[in-house]
Amino acid sequence: MNHAKPFNVIGRAHERRDGRGHVTGTTVYVDDIGFPRMCYLKMVRNPLVHARIRGIDFSEAEQVPGFVTALTARDVPKNVYTILCLIGVEPDDEPVLAEDRVRYRGEQIAAVVAETEAAAAEAAAKVRLDLEELPHVLDVEEALAPGAPVVTHWGTNHFVYEGHHCRRLRYGDAESARERADHVVSGRYQMSPIEHAPVETTGCVAKPEADGRVTVYTNTQAIYFSLDNTALILGLPPHRLHFVGGTVGGGFGGKVDVMVEPIAALAAMRTGRPVKYMYTRPEEMRISSTRSAARIYIRDGVMADGTIVSREVTTYHDAGAYSRHSPYGCTKHAANAAGPYTIPNVSVDVHCVYTNRQPSSAMRGFGVTEASFAVEMQMDRVARELDLDPWELRLHHAYRNGDERPYRKRTEDASLVEAIQAAATLAGVELAPELHAMSSNDRDWGAE
Amino acid sequence: MTARAVSFELNGAPVAALARPLETLQSVLRDQLGMTGTKAGCRQGGCGSCTVRLDGEPVLACLVPVEHVEGHAVTTIEGLGSADALSPVQATFHERFAVQCGFCSPGMITIATALLERNPAPTRAEIAEALAGNVCRCTGIVPIVDAIEAAASRMREREGAPA
Repeated sequence: MNHAKPFNVIGRAHERRDGRGHVTGTTVYVDDIGFPRMCYLKMVRNPLVHARIRGIDFSEAEQVPGFVTALTARDVPKNVYTILCLIGVEPDDEPVLAEDRVRYRGEQIAAVVAETEAAAAEAAAKVRLDLEELPHVLDVEEALAPGAPVVTHWGTNHFVYEGHHCRRLRYGDAESARERADHVVSGRYQMSPIEHAPVETTGCVAKPEADGRVTVYTNTQAIYFSLDNTALILGLPPHRLHFVGGTVGGGFGGKVDVMVEPIAALAAMRTGRPVKYMYTRPEEMRISSTRSAARIYIRDGVMADGTIVSREVTTYHDAGAYSRHSPYGCTKHAANAAGPYTIPNVSVDVHCVYTNRQPSSAMRGFGVTEASFAVEMQMDRVARELDLDPWELRLHHAYRNGDERPYRKRTEDASLVEAIQAAATLAGVELAPELHAMSSNDRDWGAE
Repeated sequence: MTARAVSFELNGAPVAALARPLETLQSVLRDQLGMTGTKAGCRQGGCGSCTVRLDGEPVLACLVPVEHVEGHAVTTIEGLGSADALSPVQATFHERFAVQCGFCSPGMITIATALLERNPAPTRAEIAEALAGNVCRCTGIVPIVDAIEAAASRMREREGAPA
């Protein structure tokens, strides 16, 4: 490496490669793409919450001028999949198109393809569904109670982690430490689902090529994930698919699921014509994945001097009706559920729970954000109940370099103490001199 | 139901398009005239990403039946500036990272340009008020307000500069 060479990027303003396209309206987003003879795909969706499918009648839909074709579960080569099968997650649980059952309001049942968007929407609205409504469950703890309606095809409403009913983390002996503690502080925290709400809705255009390949223009955030899952679902070698993407009109994690590409590609192969499938705004808001709802219980053992000696966390993560990225999100949650604080005894149980709600999935730090919310509320509660300064409580417990995390990694790059100090300055809070003097490189307190 | 032709001025040039029943200005601009800088984020008047100007006034193209623009002048983002000749508002959006995913940018820039023509020295509150119907989900509104303020002062400097 030539050290004499000056940096030519760091410290200088550089023009964004795509900035001029964005401000002149010339950047091409997926909905800006069209081809001659392009068809439009609209989805027939479950109008109930949880139902058995007794029949689907296309006879009226087929009469709509411009109707081209309709697809059901029987047309999809490998209809049941799970996105994270690519990293070994099992079992497959989500149908591309529903088979015998629909498990949440808005679940896709059949795809209708037509010459125009209006014709596709009209034909989809004219598909007659014969559904038998089933009892549903919408609450994570109710879903785990005996006798709850069963959401999954394997008979229980939880994901199984290496034989266990939840993702567990054990560090030290939290129960004994709590029993010896001077105080026990408990809190119950709950988050509702959050929609990503990108201004550009999810969508793609699939185009069959003369060489037998299918080109898919998509706004996925995870182009190889989308390609590989589409290849598996369609039973095609991956080289038969060419995915073109990279321009995303807002994602925030909401465009990593594989919801539009497989069915659009199948429709393109069936019809021999380009097919566009864009979510409408109502579909984006009501059907697409959300950040999960979560109910989080935290119980801390705290000594009279304010030292937190144990933290026990029980989380119920609402996956909705299908896994998508939730099993992985719960693992991230478990790793972070004690917060960025050094506590010698930690016990975490994270239940990945299935309910009849729209599936949740990835969104900006999913799993971790939920943990941070609950942990910081809990730190304030501990401070309030024991009449401690919340800044001091956090600074004393903040993890330092050299500390072992509950998931047994040693900390090497801590900056929390400095971040809290900077936050205090910005907030106009005067920290005591000994708190101002703290650093991530040493711990003067809490060692026992 | 039958379609009929509508004629109007688009970015300074005369154009004709087919008005099918329920056809909006948005769908005509995007699907018939290739003006895809006018975005379609909601098609229900909620996001502002399809903001264009009708005789100078900002309107939501998704809510305008295309028959209403017969004989009028429509300006889209494509009529404002080009990559090598950005308008002042485009330039400050680009320079100040008032753009992230870019999807709301054409609407934001259009509404801001209309504001600055009407009010060359808006307060930050007036800028925020003008943006009330335009949704950005990425950068937040603050860098966008900063960029519009910077564009206003740049335009005033140019106006005031000796010839």
